[in-house]
Amino acid sequence: MSAGRQCSQWLAGIKASSARIMLLAVLTLGAVAGPAFAVLPEEQLADPVLEARARKLSQELRCVVCQNQTIDDSDAPLAADLRGLLRERLEAGDTDAQARAYLVERYGDFVLLKPPIRPGTIILWFGPLALLLAGGVGVFLYWRGRSAAPTLSPAPLDADEQRRLDALIKETRPS
Amino acid sequence: MRRIAFIAPVLIFLIIAGALAFGLGRDPKILPSMLIGKPLPAFNLPDVRTGTGGKGLASSNFTGEPALLNVFASWCASCRIEHPFLMRLSREGVPIHGLNWRDKGDAGARWLDRFGDPYDRVGYDPTGRTGIDLGVTGAPETFVIDRHGTVRYRHVGPIDAQVWTETLAPLMQQLRAEP
Amino acid sequence: MSAEIGHFALILALVVALIQSVVTFWGASRADSALMGVGRAAALLQLIFVALAFGCLAWGYATLDFSVELVARHSHTTQPLAYRLAATWGSHEGSMVLWVLILALHGAALSVFGNSLRATFLSRVLGVQGLLGAAFLGFSLLTSNPFARLFPTPLEGTELNPLLQDPGLISHPPLLYLGYVGFSVAFAFAVAALIEGRVDAAWARWVRPWVLAAWTALTLGIALGSHWAYYELGWGGWWFWDPVENASLMPWLMGTALLHSAQVLEKRGALISWTLLLAILTFSLSLIGTFLVRSGVLNSVHAFAVDPARGAYVLAFCVIATGSALTLYAWRAPGMRTGAMFAPLSKEAGVTLNNLILAVVTFVVFIGTFFPVFYELMTGGAITVGPPYFNLIFVPLFSLLLCLVGFGPLLHWKRDRVRQVLARLRWPLGLAAVALIAGTAAFGLAKILAAFGFALGVWLIAAGALLLVRRWDIGQRPAEVTWRLVRTTPVAIWAVALAHTGLGVTTVGVTAMAGFESSKVLRMGQGDQVEFAGRTLVLQSLAPVTGPNYQADRAVFAIVQGRGPATLISERRFYPSSRNQTTEAAIGPSLIGNLYISVGELDESGKAVIRLWSHPFVGWIWGGAVLMALGGLVSLSDRRLRLGAPQPSKRRIPDPVMPVPEAAE
Repeated sequence: MSAGRQCSQWLAGIKASSARIMLLAVLTLGAVAGPAFAVLPEEQLADPVLEARARKLSQELRCVVCQNQTIDDSDAPLAADLRGLLRERLEAGDTDAQARAYLVERYGDFVLLKPPIRPGTIILWFGPLALLLAGGVGVFLYWRGRSAAPTLSPAPLDADEQRRLDALIKETRPS
Repeated sequence: MRRIAFIAPVLIFLIIAGALAFGLGRDPKILPSMLIGKPLPAFNLPDVRTGTGGKGLASSNFTGEPALLNVFASWCASCRIEHPFLMRLSREGVPIHGLNWRDKGDAGARWLDRFGDPYDRVGYDPTGRTGIDLGVTGAPETFVIDRHGTVRYRHVGPIDAQVWTETLAPLMQQLRAEP
Repeated sequence: MSAEIGHFALILALVVALIQSVVTFWGASRADSALMGVGRAAALLQLIFVALAFGCLAWGYATLDFSVELVARHSHTTQPLAYRLAATWGSHEGSMVLWVLILALHGAALSVFGNSLRATFLSRVLGVQGLLGAAFLGFSLLTSNPFARLFPTPLEGTELNPLLQDPGLISHPPLLYLGYVGFSVAFAFAVAALIEGRVDAAWARWVRPWVLAAWTALTLGIALGSHWAYYELGWGGWWFWDPVENASLMPWLMGTALLHSAQVLEKRGALISWTLLLAILTFSLSLIGTFLVRSGVLNSVHAFAVDPARGAYVLAFCVIATGSALTLYAWRAPGMRTGAMFAPLSKEAGVTLNNLILAVVTFVVFIGTFFPVFYELMTGGAITVGPPYFNLIFVPLFSLLLCLVGFGPLLHWKRDRVRQVLARLRWPLGLAAVALIAGTAAFGLAKILAAFGFALGVWLIAAGALLLVRRWDIGQRPAEVTWRLVRTTPVAIWAVALAHTGLGVTTVGVTAMAGFESSKVLRMGQGDQVEFAGRTLVLQSLAPVTGPNYQADRAVFAIVQGRGPATLISERRFYPSSRNQTTEAAIGPSLIGNLYISVGELDESGKAVIRLWSHPFVGWIWGGAVLMALGGLVSLSDRRLRLGAPQPSKRRIPDPVMPVPEAAE
């Protein structure tokens, strides 16, 4: 990793993989200070309904400086800032959608763990169902083509045919 | 029709592989800025040196000529690395303003006193709220703002000679030529 | 010295692998038994060299040879021996050596135990294995040399990340790799079959034990990884839809489909194209997973050292291997169909649906994992696909599959009737319905999804048990007859019953965790009490302690009221040599759920942030996986598999395209 990396790397230090630790340790010097630990009791709002909303929203928002964590889970200081900001917005009366939009305005769709539904994400949201239906149709058509003969065992012979069969067998049986 | 079902896997796979090859070239950790092409969000920050009647930094300071906004902190090692280059830019007359991001007390001011101050103005953002408004994810980051206060570019990481000559200097020149 | 030997051994292995590839294909095309014999010997030789290289690397770790760069980066004089040895595969370079070792092991096993396979076929399989081995050995030698030396030799190494100093490191990667690499055998079998232009029941019988072994190992590996993350990371999550986790899940899903598809192929000669495609795709997903983990294309907490150059190599290799296999498939597979017919309601149809849904579900995981790359290619923007997406799309589709799984083993081959099927399964259906109603009544309409999940679990467990009940004719026969039936139960029935019941057990665990997990966070000091999850806990002591290579803040809890162990100890550790912090959680396990406690750092006032979780039925998640793996192992012990394919008859009978269907299930 070159020197051209941000100091923000240290924020992701706690839960990173082994290979990164060395470099992160260098950048982390003195920075991992303070009892940073996701959702401290002091951060929690007094109103339990608002707090529950805040926790739920936090679990849907990504910590933008971490490797794949929510701001609810992350120890990073920026994640703590975002948790606090989120709670401020909720206390100010924002709806869930408004609070989310506030963060998206600043950090982009990247901050949402659930990708928004828009033309660019159609394959993501509707692809699986389309594939399932297409596969189902394919299998159905395949069966239809195969079982053009509806019965898998031949229809029983009538008396006339049975006599003809017996005669044939008698003829061809080696004596 | 059946042939398609057999050829499809290869074709789909090659398309996917192509996309992944493209993905190799980029760094998934660098976020594109949401502010590009938009005006700088309004802010008015006190000066990093408190109690000296300093100038502070506000979004209104960015009109009139193209300028750089550099986000830095005393705890940031990479900022130390880019600092000499910023000093050089400042001597060459490039307008640079500083945002002291998430620093405690006068740590930022002392850092500037110790290593030198390349900034025309320095704003103090201890809570990091202005940083969040700017979509900052870490330090150092540098924004390029045109004479109308619109953000035109964001560079993530320290600025060195290569970044300057290849990207930022030509952009600044272009912005100065614009009406 | 040992590093040089190891390095040389790797180079020799590469040479042998290349020779193996050439000689085997050449020998097969000319049906030259001498050449093919050389090919088989080459496979054994390759194993010897790779094992030697691996041994040298492990020796370097065991003897703390810090002149080897890898050893210096991942081990320390205070590190326990077990973790020093396990660190052999705890790095990217070392893990590649493990990969190649397992690949060589499989090649050698094929060589030794493949006597019942057609000689030309075996030769081609070994040829493919040789190519794969050569590619990975080349990758290792060219881009990730494990034996690079370090001058000057440091006196002390950087210890292995403390998160990795855990029994999990000893078992999780080897099991995963046995899975990933094991599927390469199925891949080789498919490619060889496509080259030869023939697939028959014998092929399916030959491939099945390899697929079973790989699948079983992968099941255990994934379960172990999940369990390890649960107790190690300190907040009790067990699955994060992280790209690296998804990379292991995708081959598992496809491998499950392959397993069942191969069964149909063996019994009825049907689903040839499906099985071949699945065999190719399963290993391809292993390769793409390897690419994902090492290339830096995606963000992940688990990713190895990130290097786009290595990523480029792996991607190129993947394109060549998968691309040529799929091209071969497009070219040859259309001509390899059979006329095996089956009705829309039959076991074959069930497996077809199984394949379809598993393919779609794999697609979901794939697109969810790689979408950020595609999105940036399309629009230049950054986007995240996280757990909310997977929970919304993957879970319903997989639940649909689970509904069908109960029916599968009890369907008749070739043709069945709806009414008869429902009658056969009336008990599991009834029990599931009762569970659904009871669950809705108990949890309320708000938690109806949880009730549905429990009903699914009950359905699967009952359907699995039903297999045994039907076999044993419980209640219909006198006791000695039943006992005889029990003792002579075919291995296959035990295996299916175990595996599908295990799936049900896991479903119950997942549902309980998703619906009823609860948590509490507060700041506590010594002597404080807290009530949580029906228990009263008191924080007996909260003080700093010193460990062998760490300093920690330790919290000791005692349960004053309610069930659980006498004391629960949680630590927040700091490892000075690597400057790492970890949280060791206190877990009070029980059959119906865990109590999970994490302590934060001590603050100035001597208090610490305490987090408590209640994790209902979480152990069932991994218990179910163990049952599934047990089913796989039991199936492997089937004598029919070891007897191998039937030898060609001495009498002149026409080569059957469609083997006679067997009566038993």
